[in-house]
Amino acid sequence: MEKFQEVKTWYINRFESFERGLNGESKKPIHKFRKQAAGKIPELSFPTIRDEEWRYTDVSPVLVHKFDLYSISSTSDIIKKQIEPFLFNNSEYITLVFVNGIFNAGLSNIPAVTENVLVMSLKEAFEKHQSIVENYIGKNTAADSGIFSEMNSAFLSDGAFILIRKNTVVEQPIHILYLSSTESEIIIQPRNLIILEDNTRASIIENYETILHSLYFTNAVTEVTLGKNANLNHVRIQNESTKAFHISLSETAIDSSSVYTYYNLDFGGKLARNNFNAKFVGQDAECNLNGLYLLNDGQTIDNHTMIDHKHPRCRSNELYKGVLSGKSRAVFNGKVMVRKDSQKTNAFQSNKNILLSNNAIVDTKPQLEIFADDVKCSHGATIGQLDEEALFYLRSRGFSLEQARRTLVSAFAENVVENISHKAVLDYLEQIIQEKLRNENPLSESTVLE
Amino acid sequence: MLLEIKNLHVRVEEREILKGINLSIRVGEVHAIMGPNGSGKSTLASVLAGRDGYIVTKGEVFFNGKNLLELSPEDRAREGVFLAFQYPVEIPGVSNTNLLKTALNEIRKYRGEEQLDTLEFLKMVKERMTYVEMPQNLLSRSVNEGFSGGEKKRNEIFQMAVLEPKLGILDETDSGLDIDALRVVAGGVNRLRNKENSFIVVTHYQRLLNYIVPDFVHVLSDGRIIKSGDKDLAFELEEKGYDWVTENESEFAAR
Ligand SMILES: Nc1ncnc2c1ncn2[C@@H]1O[C@H](COP(=O)(O)OP(=O)(O)OP(=O)(O)O)[C@@H](O)[C@H]1O
Ligand SMILES: [Mg+2]
Repeated sequence: MEKFQEVKTWYINRFESFERGLNGESKKPIHKFRKQAAGKIPELSFPTIRDEEWRYTDVSPVLVHKFDLYSISSTSDIIKKQIEPFLFNNSEYITLVFVNGIFNAGLSNIPAVTENVLVMSLKEAFEKHQSIVENYIGKNTAADSGIFSEMNSAFLSDGAFILIRKNTVVEQPIHILYLSSTESEIIIQPRNLIILEDNTRASIIENYETILHSLYFTNAVTEVTLGKNANLNHVRIQNESTKAFHISLSETAIDSSSVYTYYNLDFGGKLARNNFNAKFVGQDAECNLNGLYLLNDGQTIDNHTMIDHKHPRCRSNELYKGVLSGKSRAVFNGKVMVRKDSQKTNAFQSNKNILLSNNAIVDTKPQLEIFADDVKCSHGATIGQLDEEALFYLRSRGFSLEQARRTLVSAFAENVVENISHKAVLDYLEQIIQEKLRNENPLSESTVLE
Repeated sequence: MLLEIKNLHVRVEEREILKGINLSIRVGEVHAIMGPNGSGKSTLASVLAGRDGYIVTKGEVFFNGKNLLELSPEDRAREGVFLAFQYPVEIPGVSNTNLLKTALNEIRKYRGEEQLDTLEFLKMVKERMTYVEMPQNLLSRSVNEGFSGGEKKRNEIFQMAVLEPKLGILDETDSGLDIDALRVVAGGVNRLRNKENSFIVVTHYQRLLNYIVPDFVHVLSDGRIIKSGDKDLAFELEEKGYDWVTENESEFAAR
């Protein structure tokens, strides 16, 4: 018998009751999409460390739990005041708030923008823009995107829907807040659909936060489609409960002359795994990928990224940085594929880690596969301690050891986010970074190393 | 006495580098230290500032009556020791202003003085920038990152001007400075110089000592001070080279 058969059966049964609960919903065309994914689940297996893609990350801690679907009846009433710490500037931002995966209109702020800017819950989009949703959903996910992604599709119920129509610039940042507030062990499966048509510009901030710091499981899928000459700034902040599990898949398609700038920032989660895939579907486009993970004792973060160059003259710039303290573990597996027809590609990839403790482990595997001859590519990875010379320099000016350490670590980490243009987001991130570095006093622990 | 170094022996890894240094510096004095490459000048400066990896095997150092060797690098700084590095370190992501603000407030806290608010701090920084004609843009940039060799040295003296140490140790501040910059930076040191502070100036060239006129000149060779004199000793060294002292020294020792 397959190792995780029992939990798989559990989710298959959950699907059956989910489907029953849909009532009339299941008559709609979108349900075919769910059915198709659900149909694959019995054939698929949950990954083990024998799978190449999961070699360093054992997901069995996620699979020993039987997470239940969240039912709205058990909603704990969240009031505006409780979400304030997670909002940036609610009056100026377009904000979609989801509590335990379910859209909450009362907490959201969706000012009437122009008809060229559609921002709503996916559930609403099923009604209002059915054909668009059908056209785009599942379009970017690979056929073999794995059991977690299929689960997300099978249980498809809500998420963010953002469509920016041709020739539109959206000045206000669009903020998607996923807030967990649960005492029972639930699975939350957001599905985001983001579409920027030709000649557009927008800014999206997606963050995952918690109120009760409990044990739950987020299994998110985000699909992004950029038309020609589109510019999207996308910040993703994962700040889940440190008892929670977080698995995400991001699939992005970038057409000619577009620029996609992505920030993948991980602070929370007991175990988090992000799969990020971007593919160029036109020439002269750009993908900037900025990753940061700060891990305290007991956390595991696994980032798998793939940037697929298929067309000429595209640029990709990938930098992931990590700071690990206590007994924590990070995995970085970054693939850059430069295919035969992608001449004049510029691809840069780097992963840098600082270990603040003897018990932290990093497995890093930057990979570059080049099949074109006229390209500029480089990749590399470093794992190290703080620079002793710099520490001494600061102390010789009067900084305490602790302060010198924190200063260097903050500078290392904040460098990843410093180009984020929204002041409120930047302030928020700096606050998380500082808090994170203070927590469990991870810095003083490394004093023992000396 | 501000600084008293008594029979200081220092080892790095298995090698003995300082082999019995004796040096006393009174408040208000400037001492120049010259000597061949590798003789131990930077080692002495590093040991005084508290850099890791230097093992004191014998001897002691008192600063203002306190046992300096027992203090952490930061406490030495807070007590008033400042090292202008021979090779200043680049610190990406930490601005010069931030470094100085934290440093200054740490020092003030240690001395039981009030913290400076941002306005007062900036006012003071502005004033001290004039001491070494520090360009404004270097202030907001990351510490020494991408600075030219000369800019780094100027920055060291600028930091010293803000932190106002009791003892400034200048390790080859002149190397890397062009002729004009040398005059400006030395002028800054002179402006800081008063009856209450002292300096150790490590240099290879007499020229610097035309600007920063020392009270004493010492020759450090193979881990020992083998000759001391007044500012004229620097001229003699320039003219005759170190062989002249080392030969005299060995003759002296042989007798
Ligand atoms: N960390 C170290 N590890 C090994 N050797 C060292 C170390 N620091 C200093 N030394 C050695 O100690 C000796 C003295 O070095 P130091 O830098 O003090 O010389 P210096 O007088 O400042 O020379 P220069 O005029 O070239 O700056 C040299 O031979 C040097 O190689
Ligand atoms: Mg030296």
